[in-house]
Amino acid sequence: MTTTAALELVQLTKKYGAVTAVDAINLKIPAGSYCCLLGPSGCGKTSTLRMVAGHESATSGDILVGPKNVTDLPPAERNTAMMFQSYALFPHLSVIDNVAFALKMKGIVKAKRHAEAKKLLELVDMQAYAARLPAQLSGGQQQRVALARALITSPQILLLDEPLSALDPFLRLRMRAELKKLQRELGISFIHVTHGQDEAMALADIVVLMNGGRIEQQGSPREIFNHPKTEFTAKFIGGHNVIAIGDEIFAVREDRLKLRRPGEAVNGPSMAGTVSEVEYQGTYIRVAIVADGGADISAQLTDIQFDAASYAVGERVLATWDPAQASPLKTSSSVTVPSPEKAA
Amino acid sequence: MMLVFALFFLLPLVFVTIVSAWDYNEYEMLPAFSLRGYTDTFEGCIAELPGLCTILKTYLKTLKLCLLTWGLTLLIGFTVAYFLAFHVRSKTWQIVLSLLCTIPFWTSNVIRMIAWIPLLGRNGLVNKGLQGAGLIQQPLEWLLFSEFSVVLALVHLFTFFTVVPIFNSMIRIDKRLIEAAYDAGATGWQTLVNIVIPLAKPGIVIGSIFVITIVMGDFVTIGVMGGQQIASAGKIIESRLNALQFPAAAANAVILLGITIMIISALTRIVDIRKEL
Repeated sequence: MTTTAALELVQLTKKYGAVTAVDAINLKIPAGSYCCLLGPSGCGKTSTLRMVAGHESATSGDILVGPKNVTDLPPAERNTAMMFQSYALFPHLSVIDNVAFALKMKGIVKAKRHAEAKKLLELVDMQAYAARLPAQLSGGQQQRVALARALITSPQILLLDEPLSALDPFLRLRMRAELKKLQRELGISFIHVTHGQDEAMALADIVVLMNGGRIEQQGSPREIFNHPKTEFTAKFIGGHNVIAIGDEIFAVREDRLKLRRPGEAVNGPSMAGTVSEVEYQGTYIRVAIVADGGADISAQLTDIQFDAASYAVGERVLATWDPAQASPLKTSSSVTVPSPEKAA
Repeated sequence: MMLVFALFFLLPLVFVTIVSAWDYNEYEMLPAFSLRGYTDTFEGCIAELPGLCTILKTYLKTLKLCLLTWGLTLLIGFTVAYFLAFHVRSKTWQIVLSLLCTIPFWTSNVIRMIAWIPLLGRNGLVNKGLQGAGLIQQPLEWLLFSEFSVVLALVHLFTFFTVVPIFNSMIRIDKRLIEAAYDAGATGWQTLVNIVIPLAKPGIVIGSIFVITIVMGDFVTIGVMGGQQIASAGKIIESRLNALQFPAAAANAVILLGITIMIISALTRIVDIRKEL
């Protein structure tokens, strides 16, 4: 039904007056992949997406969809389609007219465009709601309609601007799974802007982490989580301790940190500190430690590990780790952003 | 609230309706039931068929002026509102420019009307200018005291009443809808027809109601700008009042009210205003 294309950004830059929102980024996204542009607000991810969509002009640089340079083309000629944040469904049009809108603009007769729109409504399982107005739909249903509307032009790349942010947490998980399934079935590229690292990790083939208008790190979710290259990445992706030893900084996953009582044998590097908090989290127990240097670190222990030792607040402990599992970090030149909440 | 409404709106309306069904002679009203007010108004209408009697001609003329004014105020009002809502990006400038639109209201209706006379008169600026430029030999007679000048003055006076409600509707249109239309390949014109106009409909209807009710009942502007030569529905009521024929004036008022209500209910059928507000 659809073909897909690779996306390539070359030295893409966006400036708003003196402010540089996107700073000469280079990016290649292979055809048919699920890519998440991840980052804190103001990192340039939305500006990047809007430039790819054609709703924002590039200050300099090029955007290539497949072999075609689309930098100066209008949105409808780029073989991309955009799904807007909070969906932007036309409130005065029924679901089927919303979906068929792009075909109406092309001058396709009503019977034909409605038949086409019905197929897409079936794809997103919304055929029963064709006659409703958007205001009569729930958030999840609106999202499906917005997806169908974006897909009707058979885009090679679908651009999604914070598609899950308008949904409640329960629905968010369900729609997340549906997005992934849809992408797999259609086989086209999805480029998904989000500020939630859990969303990016769950969905993406490629995560592009942005910070201050630049790409901080890109790679598969596993690569990024297991081998963060900068302090920003380690903090933003969550679940890591950033530990400084001498001039070197390492990231160590919280669940890879082992705790020992003073006097117990330690094999490898270690840090001494005092337990400041013990939080029960269901599948694991988080032990927060204030290291003697003043740094805050935390360890995630399984309940079995914890029960064996049962650390109490105020107790002295040694935190140790396998040096092979510590990722050395480059100090990020950009301003450090406070790490997002773990569950965000 | 209800009391104020009853006292200042319903009660006078009831009085007018009652008086419209009273009898009258040359100098006083007679409080007895009679439909003379109505029959006098339509005197000779049946006899003259298929020709039109005075009253029908007058109403048709009023309707024509009203439709012309309505069309033009809507066109200009929509354009101004569109510019304010979609092309003026900053909130401050939107407010400044909207206030600019209200400046004509600092002077009275009459002065704004009369200001046209030196411009449009036989020896007015426009005629002098055109003659000076050699475009015309004789002064244009139709510029003043004509339907042209009446419509011109009405449009000038009432366009603002369409700008405000339409602007108010447009400002509430989510800008992402415009982008979504653009994303779907809509041209500017297609976006206007398919998105902006349908979503601005409540404003368009409210503005239309303002203009239609004002123009249908107007007699001052039509009187002044028409050189007291153009008859209108409002003018009939005025002249009946001057002749102290209150029941006849009231009967005409009831007829005018009926016609205006018909036009407005036709308009509200297009848009459920209560739902949109």
